[in-house]
Amino acid sequence: MENNRRYMQLSGLEPLIITPESNFINVGERTNVAGSRKFLRLIKEEKFDEALAIARHQVDGGAQIIDINMDDGLIDGKIAMVRFLNLIAAEPDICKVPIMIDSSKWEIIEAGLQVVQGKSIVNSISLKEGEANFKYQAKLIKRYGAAVIVMAFDEKGQADNYERRLEISKRSYRILVEEVHFPSEDIIFDLNIFPVATGMDEHRKNAIDFIEATRWVRENLANVSVSGGVSNVSFSFRGNKAVREAMHSVFLYYAIQAGMNIGIVNPAMLEVYDDIPKDLLEHIEDVILDRREDATERLLEFAETVKGVKKEIIIEDAWRKKTLQERITHALVKGIDTHIIEDVEAARKQVTNPIEIIEGHLMIGMNVVGDLFGSGKMFLPQVVKSARVMKKAVEYLNPFIEASKGQEQRALGKILMATVKGDVHDIGKNIVSVVLGCNNYKIIDLGVMVPPEKIIETAKKENVDVIGLSGLITPSLDEMVYLAKEMERQNFTVPLLIGGATTSKAHTAVKINPEYKNAVVHVNDASRAVTIVGDLLNKKTKNEYVAKLKKDYDAFRDKFLKRSTTKTYVSINEARKNKFKIDWNTSKIVKPAEMDVQILKQLSLKELLPFIDWSPFFRSWDLHGKYPNILNDKVIGKQATQLFADAQEVLQKIITNRSLKPKAIFGLFEANTIHDDDISIQKKGKEIAIFRTLRQQSKKREGVPNIALADFIAPIETGKKDYIGTFCVSIFGADTLAKKYKEKNDDYNAIMVQAIADRFAEAFAEYLHKQIRTKHWAYKTNEKLTNDELIKETYKGIRPAPGYPACPDHLEKETIWQLLKVEERIGVTLTESLAMYPAASVSGYYFANEAAKYFGVGKITKDQVVDFAKRKNITKEKATKWLHPVIAD
Amino acid sequence: MNKINKELQKRILVLDGAMGTMLQQYNFTEEDFRGERFKDFSISLKGNNDLLSLTQPKALKEIHAKYLEAGADIIETNTFSGTSIAMADYQMEDLVYELNYESAKLAKEVAEIYSKKQPEKPRFVAGSIGPTNRTASMSPDVNDPGFRAVSFEDLRKAYKEQSEALLDGGVDLLLVETVFDTLNAKAALFAIEEIKEERKIEIPVMLSGTITDASGRTLSGQTAEAFLISTSHIPLLSVGFNCALGANLLQPHLEAIASKTNFAISAHPNAGLPNAFGEYDETPEDMAAQIEEYLKKNLINIIGGCCGTTPEHIKQIAKLAAKYKPRRVGNI
Repeated sequence: MENNRRYMQLSGLEPLIITPESNFINVGERTNVAGSRKFLRLIKEEKFDEALAIARHQVDGGAQIIDINMDDGLIDGKIAMVRFLNLIAAEPDICKVPIMIDSSKWEIIEAGLQVVQGKSIVNSISLKEGEANFKYQAKLIKRYGAAVIVMAFDEKGQADNYERRLEISKRSYRILVEEVHFPSEDIIFDLNIFPVATGMDEHRKNAIDFIEATRWVRENLANVSVSGGVSNVSFSFRGNKAVREAMHSVFLYYAIQAGMNIGIVNPAMLEVYDDIPKDLLEHIEDVILDRREDATERLLEFAETVKGVKKEIIIEDAWRKKTLQERITHALVKGIDTHIIEDVEAARKQVTNPIEIIEGHLMIGMNVVGDLFGSGKMFLPQVVKSARVMKKAVEYLNPFIEASKGQEQRALGKILMATVKGDVHDIGKNIVSVVLGCNNYKIIDLGVMVPPEKIIETAKKENVDVIGLSGLITPSLDEMVYLAKEMERQNFTVPLLIGGATTSKAHTAVKINPEYKNAVVHVNDASRAVTIVGDLLNKKTKNEYVAKLKKDYDAFRDKFLKRSTTKTYVSINEARKNKFKIDWNTSKIVKPAEMDVQILKQLSLKELLPFIDWSPFFRSWDLHGKYPNILNDKVIGKQATQLFADAQEVLQKIITNRSLKPKAIFGLFEANTIHDDDISIQKKGKEIAIFRTLRQQSKKREGVPNIALADFIAPIETGKKDYIGTFCVSIFGADTLAKKYKEKNDDYNAIMVQAIADRFAEAFAEYLHKQIRTKHWAYKTNEKLTNDELIKETYKGIRPAPGYPACPDHLEKETIWQLLKVEERIGVTLTESLAMYPAASVSGYYFANEAAKYFGVGKITKDQVVDFAKRKNITKEKATKWLHPVIAD
Repeated sequence: MNKINKELQKRILVLDGAMGTMLQQYNFTEEDFRGERFKDFSISLKGNNDLLSLTQPKALKEIHAKYLEAGADIIETNTFSGTSIAMADYQMEDLVYELNYESAKLAKEVAEIYSKKQPEKPRFVAGSIGPTNRTASMSPDVNDPGFRAVSFEDLRKAYKEQSEALLDGGVDLLLVETVFDTLNAKAALFAIEEIKEERKIEIPVMLSGTITDASGRTLSGQTAEAFLISTSHIPLLSVGFNCALGANLLQPHLEAIASKTNFAISAHPNAGLPNAFGEYDETPEDMAAQIEEYLKKNLINIIGGCCGTTPEHIKQIAKLAAKYKPRRVGNI
């Protein structure tokens, strides 16, 4: 018997196999028009998006199967069923679980069966209309590849006692197994759960009969399952949630012991069995198990005392009772936009010209924001939220201002902002723009990848007061120098602000400042932008301030240049002699389990969540600290917590709407180091690409090597076959989504989306690296690391990225792009400065050698540049241009 | 027990290699595709490989013979796109029956010659049933995820028409292959079940899915095991994977299902990944070396090749297959 034991196997996108070891299988019931009034309304109104949210909520809440029922007189059930199942099929987070197609109409069931790819469950068929019909339906269900719920119902009616349940299930089983050859493991009996404690004597045994019949069926009908709709049992206590929840738990406690293994249950309507108060438990058990004559009366009486107490919700709205100006200020400071329109409208009725509200009420509020921010009592995320309220108010007022033909709002100044040519990163720039914008500067944001001609032209045409440049990758630094030169050549006088991740005061002082006679300022965080711009534009103090700046930067430059001359370098040849040595005779080399190129597109964002490192996210909002400790930080903890909560909200929306899409490509190849510093990539011994690496040249103390990445791959002379990987991961869709928020004047969430996309890209790189280690390359199959350990990179092997310290040369991205055909296969492109687009992308190499470690190349000298140019077969000029930031002066 | 089941118990059966790759070598022109019969057809026919069964039967027979010569036990008919749905691209829906019938007939003719020559090694013809160019569980319209370009009913009818013609033409089994959407495959299996019932015959069916994403999921999002579960309601001769990537990358998916089914396991991978020119350059020796890994692990009952493989590949594979025992199968 045991040998013939077969288990029901179901599937959505993923398998669900029900074995004796499986816990009770929960079927989500909220996507049933008969069970959920809300769902019924949504379907009637064809609000399918919201209906899908219910399905998703069920799966997120732990439903392992979802029951879908569209039986309602006012709905075309067949159309609704097909439409809804088709929509579910496009939602991997929902359709990963099997579907239960629930209808009393065969035509709806069949329509449902025709649109699900997985193995679903039909709910239900029965002998109600005779054997012929029963057999016909069962045969087709088998052919469509579904399991089936059989109701304990026959030509005479529904089974309502122990014997009838046995009689019908026995007969149904025999017909299905012997005549239809239906797999017995795919049969589920619904033995009718009826209400107890109805006051009618004949209902007293309803629960216990079900439980005992379940026991018999599971013991006598091989391989079948037993299921039922649990909420029926407590029907007579409608309105008393506490009692109902307890009844469900007690009923399930006994039914599961008897063998009920599947149930349609609302997990929110279940009390934990052990948490049921002893007295209530006893009363309920008396009813369920029919232990006393007066069980029902006693429970009814007792139930009166345990009616649930509703929690009162108090919304903090005391501030709404304050004066109008106080309300507007409060809304701006707290970033609350729920009442701003009504307050602004109230203000409008008090003034003659609507512009006065902007220059009066709103500016008063924003000045408070500015002061608080300036004194460190407000933080960047709050300011951006304030800006959102401000924008909403201004947007509302604009038509009135136009109508009154009043003068335009006078800004303190016009600021041009741009991310330079070839660069695509703009989170920092966006934040600075918002902060300046809400301090009453007019911002002209030219966006990303802006050619210098356009910046110059716009600056002239708009007569701007300040130009702000931003960039993240190293080639952008040269773009900034070029712009400074152009501004000088064309006799500009306006201040130039420099910002972005790779910029620094040193670079600004040494490389940019000398090129432009007028003010050049490095702005390293958004909070300083307002004061700096204020000082630069203040007519009285301006000249003095600029002179001071110039002096400061010149001094900084001199100091910096002096310091850097103390560094000594060795020649590239000497550096090679002092390379990082691995003993290739003993070093363990693992051949990748899966060679060559693979694409990964079918990944849910959810799978990336555990890999997110949140600390840099806070950094991008100028909140510095390590997650999760930052949430409890004395100074910024409250803000960090609020920001994090807001981020989670956006994150959930992104996941739900799948508005960001992860795509990756990677390849694992044979490789050997050639000529010390190059890595030859081979396929079947034939070279298909060469990666050029850069070697440290600073003079090291005795015993410390001059490392290049090539040192981590076996040299060709060793005769050993070694391996290397390369990859690109990217998050698509952030631009479109951010734009949508921006259009709604919601810069806060627009920036949030970009910051989250960046986090996802990094998480994806982390995720993929893990997959590489444990599955695709499989040099570390038993790795078990916590997320924290992942972020600390305690695993073996590295994944350095071109443009970062171990390989500062961006040119190698082109080699990766050619080798993997990144653009053709997943659509990530490279700009002329070799920035990746979408901006939320990471590319790099995989080195698996145990000795491989991260390091910084530091500065290199001209001999390596010449050598690099020769190896790579490019001109010295080109090599110099690209390696510029790392060449020692 | 039918004949092919008996053979499956004895040894690893070898499936043939690519048809398209072989046809390419003939460099057929538009005129060659048209032949005399379709010389005035209103639209271009070049690229309609299935049509060559009617217009270039000699070439087809040559290719079949080469694969049989190389040691293939099972050859596939030239009918990968032989449904009214796929043929709509060439406005040849009306020719579907004839295309399949003639393809089956000519393959069978060649196979029988070899079966007679070598009675101890009977040869079989599998009617190739491709996935069509539409998907039943995915929307082609990004703005309307609920839309479907083809229904289960459309697919069922199309697959039924193709299967009946293939059976009439004399195939020994049907091969539902390159399944990227399980719902399409379920429609094909449904149609085949109907024919079995109507004709009161048994039809051995091979089912072969395709997985190209590193997540290990089909295009329609299922894991290998979910794909297996979703199609196991029909008594299959074999289940497995084909096409996609090279043999090396197919292995994890075979391993994912081999321990979970009583059906035979089949694999017919591509000759590696296409290179920069879209050609497959894995040599027969390379491919055989990778396939030997399957055989060593005892994963396989039926082995062959897909895109880019040639009779030389099949020869190498057949040599190897002869050296190893087939995977033990539960219910055959």
